[in-house]
Amino acid sequence: MTTRTVGEPIARREDPRLVTGEGRYLDDLGGGALAAAFVRSPHAAARVVDVDVSGALEVEGLVAVYTYEDLEGPMAEPLPLLIPHPSLHAGRTAYPLANGVVRHVGEPVAMVVARDRYLAEDACERIAVTYEPLRPVVGLDAAVAAERTVHDDVPDNVAAHMVQEHGDARGAVAAAPHRLKLDFTVERSASMPLEGRGVYARWDAADRSLRVYSSTQTSTSVRFALAARLGVPVDRVEVVAPDVGGGFGVKIMHPWPEEVLVAWAAIRLGQEVKWTEDRREHFVASAHERGQRHHVSVGFDDEGRLLGLAVEFVHDNGAYTPYGIIVPIITATQLLGPYKPGAYRAEFRSLYTNTVIVTPYRGAGRPQAAFVMERTLDAIAAYLGRGRAEVRETNFIQPHEMPYDHHLTFQDGRPLIYDSGDYPATLDKVKKLVGWDEFGAFRAEAHRDGRRVGIGLACYVEGTGVGPYEGAHVRVETNGTVVVATGLTTQGQGHETAFAQVAAETLGVPVERVTVVTGDTRRFKYAVGTFASRAAVMSGNAVALAAGKVRAKALRIAAEALEADPDDLEVAGGTVRVKGAPDREIALETVAVLANPLRYAFDEQTKLATQFAVGRGVDAPPVADDDEPGLEATDWYSPVRSTFANGAHAVVVETDPETAEVRILRYCVVHDCGRLINPRIVEGQVHGGVAQGVGGALYERMVYDENGQLLNASFMDFLMPYASEVPKVETGHLETLSPLNPLGIKGAGEAGTIPAAAALAAAISDAEGLFVDTMPISPSELWALRERHARKEDR
Amino acid sequence: MSEPLHETRLVVNGVPRTVAVPARRLLSDCLRHDLGLTGTHVGCEHGVCGACTVLVDGRPMRSCLLFAVGVDGAEITTVEGCRSPGGGLGPVQQAFQDCHGLQCGFCTPGFVTTITAWLRDHPDPSEEQARQAIGGNLCRCTGYQNIVASVLRAAELLRNQEEAAR
Repeated sequence: MTTRTVGEPIARREDPRLVTGEGRYLDDLGGGALAAAFVRSPHAAARVVDVDVSGALEVEGLVAVYTYEDLEGPMAEPLPLLIPHPSLHAGRTAYPLANGVVRHVGEPVAMVVARDRYLAEDACERIAVTYEPLRPVVGLDAAVAAERTVHDDVPDNVAAHMVQEHGDARGAVAAAPHRLKLDFTVERSASMPLEGRGVYARWDAADRSLRVYSSTQTSTSVRFALAARLGVPVDRVEVVAPDVGGGFGVKIMHPWPEEVLVAWAAIRLGQEVKWTEDRREHFVASAHERGQRHHVSVGFDDEGRLLGLAVEFVHDNGAYTPYGIIVPIITATQLLGPYKPGAYRAEFRSLYTNTVIVTPYRGAGRPQAAFVMERTLDAIAAYLGRGRAEVRETNFIQPHEMPYDHHLTFQDGRPLIYDSGDYPATLDKVKKLVGWDEFGAFRAEAHRDGRRVGIGLACYVEGTGVGPYEGAHVRVETNGTVVVATGLTTQGQGHETAFAQVAAETLGVPVERVTVVTGDTRRFKYAVGTFASRAAVMSGNAVALAAGKVRAKALRIAAEALEADPDDLEVAGGTVRVKGAPDREIALETVAVLANPLRYAFDEQTKLATQFAVGRGVDAPPVADDDEPGLEATDWYSPVRSTFANGAHAVVVETDPETAEVRILRYCVVHDCGRLINPRIVEGQVHGGVAQGVGGALYERMVYDENGQLLNASFMDFLMPYASEVPKVETGHLETLSPLNPLGIKGAGEAGTIPAAAALAAAISDAEGLFVDTMPISPSELWALRERHARKEDR
Repeated sequence: MSEPLHETRLVVNGVPRTVAVPARRLLSDCLRHDLGLTGTHVGCEHGVCGACTVLVDGRPMRSCLLFAVGVDGAEITTVEGCRSPGGGLGPVQQAFQDCHGLQCGFCTPGFVTTITAWLRDHPDPSEEQARQAIGGNLCRCTGYQNIVASVLRAAELLRNQEEAAR
């Protein structure tokens, strides 16, 4: 029997539950809980003059109404600033409920708790809030102009200002034989998981303990944050992420106002309280991303080799900065992609606006970065009359130059050093997959039929698997099942399957015997969370290390029982046996029994481990000084720095000469995330990432008017792609192992999204003979760009 | 001011159920919170995402756009009712696992019900038809490619089933 499972595209073990309606998402829990609903600001900027709740008091089933006045102690303080940074000189966070001022539409002003959600919303409608509206700051222009401010004590609206530089970039640009200045804009979008946020809290007054279920990407950190805010000892707080209906970044933000308020109300009321976000709330009260405007000065030689690259950009961080400035830091560092930039300088300002907060959304600043870098290389190629692929090849970091130090600081505070990757091979592979060199013939044929087609490509490097650490616990039960627990959370990535594969292979048991628990602080208390394409790298390796310890212990115990040398043993199919002596074997479940010396048997199997059945000899303690009972172990993976995945996308589009509609004819992806644990799951991640990339390139944007009203806060108006908009994705893999971790893996979750806008912009530009510098691009915008181009007004 | 309740009779997944609900109770909320069938998911509550799709007298409908009292007397099929008669995975459900047609699984119930109804009239679809069949449901995870494959796989499983029965 083979137990090789890593690398196999096995079917997912979570699916039977999820396809039959037996999943348990947040709102599926707490059937008897009270329901919370929120009164939210209809204004982007206003003083809150009065909150009159008297009208709500008659509503049947009303249990409680809370405003800021009801909060005290740590609950009355601003929410934590999760990731402080020296460059974030004016970080600001919101109060759980508005304290006299609201700074974006959707900010919570009052919380209602009632018997059910219908009644809670009835009560919300009857709460009369008197606002003194102020003129808001909307959009980057208004933020930069700073004629008005979002926070009274931040007069220039600048939350953060940061410069990273290696070499004299501006000098190198000035001295270069060729120079270009370019501007690039990327609009706001959002993660938009199909399940919004949600919180369900139970306070056990007799036990003085709190259990909170949250649709979160980090249950362990929510636990610490809630304990601190609520004044409950950490030991008395448990946080569980149940089945989570997608995250894509937005659910790594925490603690949300609703998260602390629902838990706080459950304690105050001594009753279970639940809040499930509705779709409109998700649009106006969760988080967005992507809004940035970039200015590039680049200098290069006759071959298109970069000599100096200076990028300045402004980042719209919304009304508050609870998640710090991770997104613009990532843009500033990951902009370099697989290239050597010559001298490099990145400078950004992160600006307040009266809009929803900005936190990472799949790609997290990298889609903008890839857009800027790849479009810049396309511009250089066009300027020199050279091939677009050729200019990229000229600038690639070569495999023999690995590890490659960019002499910058990455988002984890560690040096930006690429560990491995074969960028020329990646490009070569995607060119072959899409038929790059044969495209001219296809284009000529299309032209004869009056069609416009174009091809584009884009490369990226993604820092994945950021620290600080993840851990895992692996235990072999006395019935032979293997139970794995890791602290980070799952939102559809198939961790129950992938981590089971890792544990099964390391331990030598069939994968069917392994069960995996994630995101439950009752089972594993220390973790960081699921973001930055880190789960497989971090917890995957932690599971491998913990399972390795269990295996070593199993061999030691089995060696004693079989009177053999541990080095002569192997584990396969759940049995430890002496190599070459198939009759000398012991089942892993029996080893598990022997690992736990017992006084009391609880079934037939455990009789084997009681004190009159077995012993290490009467002169030795039943559990040795350096040992622990149980066939189980915990271990940790903490990398010195991130591991860098890479890839390239190539896309063929057709544009309609009359309507300017863009149709994707081919979409090819080659990516390298090191060793694949489950190729089918990785492939699914790529497909989904591309779909979000296509959405961001062609359809999705948050449209605010000058009053700070989000005009398209519904699925009717915010255009997420349906099956009719997403192309079939053709994929190819490279497997350049990471030298930084035992499994040799790199993250894969975000890769599909990162270069999509850049590749599509390149293909549209190629089809149309113009230069797309703004994303997304709608048919009407492409139409307008054509008009400007015809009048030579585009650039 | 207590809301009047209306006795409503539904046959849900073959089982007659009677609930007393306010007139404004959405069918989605009735199924989830009054009948405890939480497999039907609510993704937008404005009829766009399709996660809440159930079969009403055999036809796919968005349960977030229906009042429970408005379908008094109807036969409702939810994702829980799409299992095979023996209790195992139904053909559409099996196809989703076979083809990795789901990731987070939140939108999946609406796809399963929609596809179940559609395949009754389209037993041997082309890939293009399969893509059109799911064109009214949103998924944020999969990029739809493996859902299209799931439709084709489910059709194949259903055809095999029918052949075996003959």
